[in-house]
Amino acid sequence: MAEELERKKEFMTTVDGTIINRVYTPGDSGELRQDTSLPGEYPFTRNIMPAGYRSRLWTMRQYSGFATVEETNRRYKYLYQQGQTGFSVAFHLPTQMGYDSDHPLTVGEVGRVGVAIDSLQDMEELWDGIPLAEVSTSMTINATAPIILAMYIAAAEKQGADQSQLMGTVQNDLLKEYIARNTYVFGPEPSMRLTTDLCSYCAQNMPKWNSISISGYHMREAGATAIQEAAFTLANGIAYVQAMIDKGMEVDSFAPRFSFFFATYNNFLEEVAKFRAVRRAWAKIMKERFGAQNPRSTMLRYHVQTDGFTLTEQQPLNNIVRVTIQALASVLGGCQSLHACSYDEALALPTEEAVQLSLRTQQIIAHESGVADTVDPLGGSYYIEWLTDQIEEGIQKYITKIDEMGGAPEAIKKGYIQREIRRAAYNYQKAVDSGEQVVVGVNKFAAEEEPELELLEIDESVEKKQVERLRRLKQERDNEKASRVLDEVRRVAKSDENLMPVLIEAVEAYATVGEITDTLRDVFGEYREPTIL
Amino acid sequence: MQGTKVRVLIAKPGLDGHDRGVNVVAQGLRDAGMEVIYLGLRITPEQIAEAAIQEDVDVVGLSCLSGAHMALFPKTARLIKERSDKNILFIGGGIIPRKDVPKLREAGIAQTFGPGTPIPEIVNFIKTNLERGSDDNQD
Repeated sequence: MAEELERKKEFMTTVDGTIINRVYTPGDSGELRQDTSLPGEYPFTRNIMPAGYRSRLWTMRQYSGFATVEETNRRYKYLYQQGQTGFSVAFHLPTQMGYDSDHPLTVGEVGRVGVAIDSLQDMEELWDGIPLAEVSTSMTINATAPIILAMYIAAAEKQGADQSQLMGTVQNDLLKEYIARNTYVFGPEPSMRLTTDLCSYCAQNMPKWNSISISGYHMREAGATAIQEAAFTLANGIAYVQAMIDKGMEVDSFAPRFSFFFATYNNFLEEVAKFRAVRRAWAKIMKERFGAQNPRSTMLRYHVQTDGFTLTEQQPLNNIVRVTIQALASVLGGCQSLHACSYDEALALPTEEAVQLSLRTQQIIAHESGVADTVDPLGGSYYIEWLTDQIEEGIQKYITKIDEMGGAPEAIKKGYIQREIRRAAYNYQKAVDSGEQVVVGVNKFAAEEEPELELLEIDESVEKKQVERLRRLKQERDNEKASRVLDEVRRVAKSDENLMPVLIEAVEAYATVGEITDTLRDVFGEYREPTIL
Repeated sequence: MQGTKVRVLIAKPGLDGHDRGVNVVAQGLRDAGMEVIYLGLRITPEQIAEAAIQEDVDVVGLSCLSGAHMALFPKTARLIKERSDKNILFIGGGIIPRKDVPKLREAGIAQTFGPGTPIPEIVNFIKTNLERGSDDNQD
């Protein structure tokens, strides 16, 4: 071959630093490359459905929530009118951490990163005018997931719906909270009990509800590479499946309602390959390790959010292009549902205008680009197939290592997963600082002066308004009933009964998120993160 | 300041759990030869003040990505200044709209660093400002 000068001495993948060849040919195939499955066929490398987006487009689901229920309800109705096809609720940190809005630790946090929900009353008003029997809703909630799902069920039933009709997802993934994101309340053991209580309740009562969304997204945001994201997510998935089996459940009774959540970064081809690899790896785990018989138990269904970390504060309009590339990779990877981030999110929560543009980005990909007209159009590309195999091998290596440690909960306890991610995050930052990793507008092509963006502001009055609502609720409800049902929550928490039914009773008596979580704190204790060096 | 290691206290006040930034900054400052005490997540302004006094630090770094910085950063700086005459350098990081920066500066937060800030920029800022502070003792 003729020598030809190249830009760099060598080109490497960002997934594991493997050298990338100048060109890939059929000769690059190895042992793993015998996968000739079609879409809808095990191990589902190409898609879980035979017709992919030809039968049904992905759900366009923008993560959204801020201030009080009135503002958020208005935003939801707006997004629905603009063609959004599913809802995704962002809760403020006090709700996620099990504090009411009047708790001293919540000063400055009320309504900031999500909507303030203290009681069923808030949940009822959040969905005012939106028929819960007909829509699909994803809720990013973990430590307090059972309480929030109880509120969602109760609000839907007040609208006249039956819980068996409800469609949607709760994140309910605590293992990754100890690795990244950090909104845990209880320790690993009571958390696993709450997670599996919720999953088994859904398996018996809510056939259309995804009882968990096993999430790699936040680990990726914390610095994980694509392989680490995929591997640690599946390792957590294995731990949840095992915990359900240990609870006495039969694998095919719950696994079809397990769902996943990943991020998409800028490296377009690597991200497409990651989704193909992770689908194949999970199918094999479910069939070979857990003996799943129902094909649905082996199908990896997932939501994608384009990556928040890759958005830059500098030249924020560049983020529109990044989001487009990431959204396109997510679609070519075969996601079931997608959130496209907004260009102003390195600075604040997105404005209505910025969110509309994110939704339009999805709609243009769906209806104009043509990529949804055939299934897995990048399948068969020599490079994509090589990368898919490369990533799957990387995933398997990590899973073997974690198995040897005794599984994900043990690896987390040892700080292994956290350290791996921290090292990757630090290496990335060093590569950016040295200029080896180019970030346009940040360490290259930077601008002298930048115009100011108009940002969404959360009014200071939100906190006061929410605290007043809560005060009124506690005055107007039947307090004797509320305290009686909290005693009942305490009793069930101490027993090994499933907590979901009593939590539904508790929220129906308008016991608050803070009151219920405090009751559980009394029984389970609180978790404090260990120092990891 | 010559000869002794710069002592930096880093903490995340508020309920926010995003810690990629603080972890990377803590490691970066250590690699630049500073002594870093990282208190962890969900530390109240009172606890941060107590630690800052106990540890006799030169720099206090606060991180918050949830938008609660205006309720937490100025309060933390005030509590520390009430108890110490030392000219401590306060810096902050997180998702901080530009319009809040002058108000934070007024409250004593000398600089805020947004997403993507190179580590050497933070190191240089600390070095330059500690030298200047020890020369003319400005607030």
